[in-house]
Amino acid sequence: MEPAKLGNAIEAAGASAAGDSLVALFTVFVLAVFVGYYVVWNVTAALHSPLMSVTNAISSVIIVGALIAAGPTDVNFSKVMGFVAVVLASINIFGGFIVSQRMLQMFRKKG
Amino acid sequence: MSEELTGLAYLIAAICFILALRGLSSPVTARQGNATGVIGMVIAIGTTLASPGVLDYGWIAGGILIGGAIGTVIALKIQMTALPQLVAAFHSLVGLAAVFVATAALYAPGAYGLGAVGAIPTASLVEMSLGTAIGAVTFTGSIVAFAKLQGLVSGAPLVFTGQHPLNALLGIAAIGLVVWFSTSESYTAYWAIVALSLALGFLLILPIGGADMPVVVSMLNSYSGWAACGIGFTLGNTLLIITGALVGSSGAILSYIMCKGMNRSFFNVILGGFGAEEGAVSAAAGDRSVRQGGAEDAAFIMQNAGKVIIVPGYGMAVAQAQHALREMSDLLKGEGVKVSYAIHPVAGRMPGHMNVLLAEANVPYDEVFELEEINHEFATADVVYVIGANDVTNPAAKTDPTSPIYGMPILDVEKAQTVLFVKRGMSSGYAGVDNELFFRDNTMMLFGDAKKMTEEILQALD
Repeated sequence: MEPAKLGNAIEAAGASAAGDSLVALFTVFVLAVFVGYYVVWNVTAALHSPLMSVTNAISSVIIVGALIAAGPTDVNFSKVMGFVAVVLASINIFGGFIVSQRMLQMFRKKG
Repeated sequence: MSEELTGLAYLIAAICFILALRGLSSPVTARQGNATGVIGMVIAIGTTLASPGVLDYGWIAGGILIGGAIGTVIALKIQMTALPQLVAAFHSLVGLAAVFVATAALYAPGAYGLGAVGAIPTASLVEMSLGTAIGAVTFTGSIVAFAKLQGLVSGAPLVFTGQHPLNALLGIAAIGLVVWFSTSESYTAYWAIVALSLALGFLLILPIGGADMPVVVSMLNSYSGWAACGIGFTLGNTLLIITGALVGSSGAILSYIMCKGMNRSFFNVILGGFGAEEGAVSAAAGDRSVRQGGAEDAAFIMQNAGKVIIVPGYGMAVAQAQHALREMSDLLKGEGVKVSYAIHPVAGRMPGHMNVLLAEANVPYDEVFELEEINHEFATADVVYVIGANDVTNPAAKTDPTSPIYGMPILDVEKAQTVLFVKRGMSSGYAGVDNELFFRDNTMMLFGDAKKMTEEILQALD
């Protein structure tokens, strides 16, 4: 990768971090907590186990951070860290969604 | 992919995750919800792969392949009875992944737009240390929970003197380290935070006993969400923040529901040691007699009943009695008996544990009821079949203010005409309290393994 291109990429990423002020991120956070609160109270008690495994699967969206660390061409400590995190998060994504599906498939009505 | 497009794609992914949870409001829409969650994850990963910083796909593809294969095999092979420990194990992975991502961001801040090494903004360092600390606590805490659920270590609470002061001291030390790290960007401080948080995770969960695991598993679920949030703040990534907040509040609500189901405060559970001082209350048990019966008696009583309510507990899971139980109720239904199931909120080792096991045995979910839906029905029931539950049926929770479980909402099984109580022996439940129910005139004790007893009743019914 040419240094100029890398510079552009960093600049673009940097601009986003600077643009999202802490207050804006905090606003998103608080609103999301409210959304979570109302959505989760609506989950039927019978499905609390699948709820745990689905939330577990979606919390592996942390893979987004891992991909960025594993993405650059230079091999360094961070890339290795990112790679390990990609493996861990992938176990969770696949495992979490599949086990949820297995559970949900068992819930049937009478007859 | 442009900045705006990336942001929009992340928003769509976040909406998919919200809809995934929304789908769980009914078993009818739940599968659709899960599929929506998968779509959200694909969008999130695809968008990130298209971002300008990601140039080498070899390692990523390898990582996803390895992790995906491991996860798929585990998820397909796991027994439904082992679900609580599986969920605990999965939580530990999210925690560990959070630690690794935070570490990667610390050593290569440029990739995340956090400036150069040595010049990371203080706010980012604070967020980074919080993310990694919560992640590390989640990791070791979940490992302890896993070990307890899997039976690798004793489920009994592990208490030692000075435990709480030690934890408090570690907590204060952790705050001090966060201050040091955020003002210096010192690697030593960072790794000290990681080490301290790992130790804290162990120490926090060790004193909590096996039957309190529903709270612990929900709490760790919540922590894994907050860890993702912390990383989201560090990287300025709204998708991570939204998802983390959803998961965090979900786990917190489940913990709250579980605590309420035991009428105990969150802190009372977290501080641990519950059920450790047994034998204090059970002195009076020795000289009282119980009515004992066999499988034939039980079969006869149930055959001639109009309405039977089954109360399953952790013992059913341990004995794997759910299939025999369903066959038994099929036979009863064939004879015109109305059969339903009553589930206490904290039955089993994770929220909703009993529901999944019954569903696995093909019990239709519209025969399964929660405590508040069915509690008024016990008075009109002819027979209650208690299998593997104990404390959640103990009338002392309503009548004896000195009992450790006083105030806990219980299933009013004693109001039924006859109570059939399947139990291995006369030992007390998790709370270490005698169950008043055993000595009542309308109770018949069926001593034996839950599965064996149910199978014997099945034979007697045939």
